Amino acid sequence: MSAPAINNRFLKWFDDRLPVVSFMQHELHEYPTPKNLNYWWNFGSLAGICLVIMIATGVVLAMQYTPHVSLAFLSVERIMRDVNYGWLLRYLHMNGASMFFLVVYIHVFRGLYYGSYKSPREVLWWLGLVILLLMMATAFMGYVLPWGQMSFWAATVITNLFSAFPLVGEPIVTWLWGGFSVDNPTLNRFYALHYLLPFVIVGVVVLHLIALHKHGSNNPLGIPHKGPQDSIPFHPYYTVKDLFGLGVFFIVYMALVFFAPNMLVEPINYVPADPLVTPPHIVPEWYFLPYYAILRSIPDKLLGVIAMFGSLLILFVLPWLDTSKVRSARFRPIYKKLFWVFLADCIILGWVGYNPPEGHFIVIGQIATAYYFLHLLVIMPIVGKVERTRPLPDSISAPVLKGAHKEKA
Amino acid sequence: MASTVHSTAHGAHGDGGTRRDFLYLATGAMGAIGAGLAAWPLVDSMNPSAEVLAVSSTEVDLAPVAVGMALTVKWRGKPVFVRHRTDKEIKEAEDVNVAELRDPQTDKARTEKPGWIVVVGICTHLGCVPLGQKPTDPRGDYGGWFCPCHGSHYDTSGRIRKGPAPKNLAVPAYTFLSDSKVKIG
Repeated sequence: MSAPAINNRFLKWFDDRLPVVSFMQHELHEYPTPKNLNYWWNFGSLAGICLVIMIATGVVLAMQYTPHVSLAFLSVERIMRDVNYGWLLRYLHMNGASMFFLVVYIHVFRGLYYGSYKSPREVLWWLGLVILLLMMATAFMGYVLPWGQMSFWAATVITNLFSAFPLVGEPIVTWLWGGFSVDNPTLNRFYALHYLLPFVIVGVVVLHLIALHKHGSNNPLGIPHKGPQDSIPFHPYYTVKDLFGLGVFFIVYMALVFFAPNMLVEPINYVPADPLVTPPHIVPEWYFLPYYAILRSIPDKLLGVIAMFGSLLILFVLPWLDTSKVRSARFRPIYKKLFWVFLADCIILGWVGYNPPEGHFIVIGQIATAYYFLHLLVIMPIVGKVERTRPLPDSISAPVLKGAHKEKA
Repeated sequence: MASTVHSTAHGAHGDGGTRRDFLYLATGAMGAIGAGLAAWPLVDSMNPSAEVLAVSSTEVDLAPVAVGMALTVKWRGKPVFVRHRTDKEIKEAEDVNVAELRDPQTDKARTEKPGWIVVVGICTHLGCVPLGQKPTDPRGDYGGWFCPCHGSHYDTSGRIRKGPAPKNLAVPAYTFLSDSKVKIG
């Protein structure tokens, strides 16, 4: 199981002074990983790679972008037309945000299915949620930078959310704007923060990994590994598996970038921002649609805002809302079905969020919002108590070695 | 457990290389090539963009520049010195013993027309803009230009004569479109 010793004399000398080589060897090479991880476990490393791609393309885009209301839109068009490979960099960055959210949402739902948030991984889960919140803030501010119509009105609508809070609301919004409407000061600070936050995310990702490596990855069976027979070294087994997943990821990502780069954006964002005209149909980016649906489904302004933020913040107490002793949904016949209902509920919320708030969409949105909170606040605690779980295997190796008991996932 | 896997995978060590070594190197090489290709757009985006290249030449009207006068124009973000030389200045430039120069060049090689000297106004020492375009400027010991930063003296052909600069003032590519119009770049 142990990694080979450091043979190179210089590396040995260096490592004796700054133990980075042995650290890498310990955490990326010999790091014992459950041997039964399936492909849903690829999405953590994919998310990390997304972050690297976003920062790499973002840094060079920042060298070409001008954060001023009268130049921002034109500077983005200049990137598209005049800068060498500017079109590629912008499409990689723009669609990279969508891919990043896709990967992270799959990563989160994997955690939900296999109970990865449960003891002793609660802090790991929290850190993941902090990363998600930071990603949302970063993505929102990045969307404002091209200074198109959607940029401007997204900035207006989202910052106005804070006006819902009584007394402090209005002063907060004025403070966020640096003026009395979304304008140049707003654009400038959003740009500064859009550059800053990804590096904050990098910091939280490091903490996320430290928390992960303390107890190691969860696994599809949700049981702890009980000895060396249950784990394999991370390298080469999972480096290769992650690499294969990366190849598949790139096929999807590049198909989007090269064949449908504008599929996920609203065409009206190619119209320069106009503070005097709101576009008739305001829609956020797809990864915000479910929250947008929750916001709109509650007729009261303040309660709508609280419900929207609450839908995310509630996930911080999920480890305690889920009362089941068993982690993996494989051994939880009722929860397993409810998981898919919950996933469908989130997708329905997204679909409602995409459509205008009219007719039956209002009712569907309200039912789906109610179910979202019902699932987390009521159903999960009760099911965890009353459900009769299936017997857990003795160890990760046991079901394989006995040759029987093949799990249907 | 893992050691068993290792010993089977590295079983055929006889010829010095295994299947796994080959796959490892092939994957590494593929990854390195891919990373290199992916990095190129990032690097190339920092090269001059299309609209920068589009303004890489400048046309200058010389009609208002009388003999003895000078004109500074901006070309690719840099000053270009255009001087309408007097007969005395032309003679001084042509009479120099080329062999004595630090950066030997004849005046003929540095001009299209003897009356006009066109040079990039950037001192070849450390990039300052030399003085000498205005009538009130110091022109150095050789009547051309004088760099105030570290005291380089250039003659009326823009050649380095004294001071730390290693090279003559650069001559940009230019063509006379007519007697009174020149295109730089």
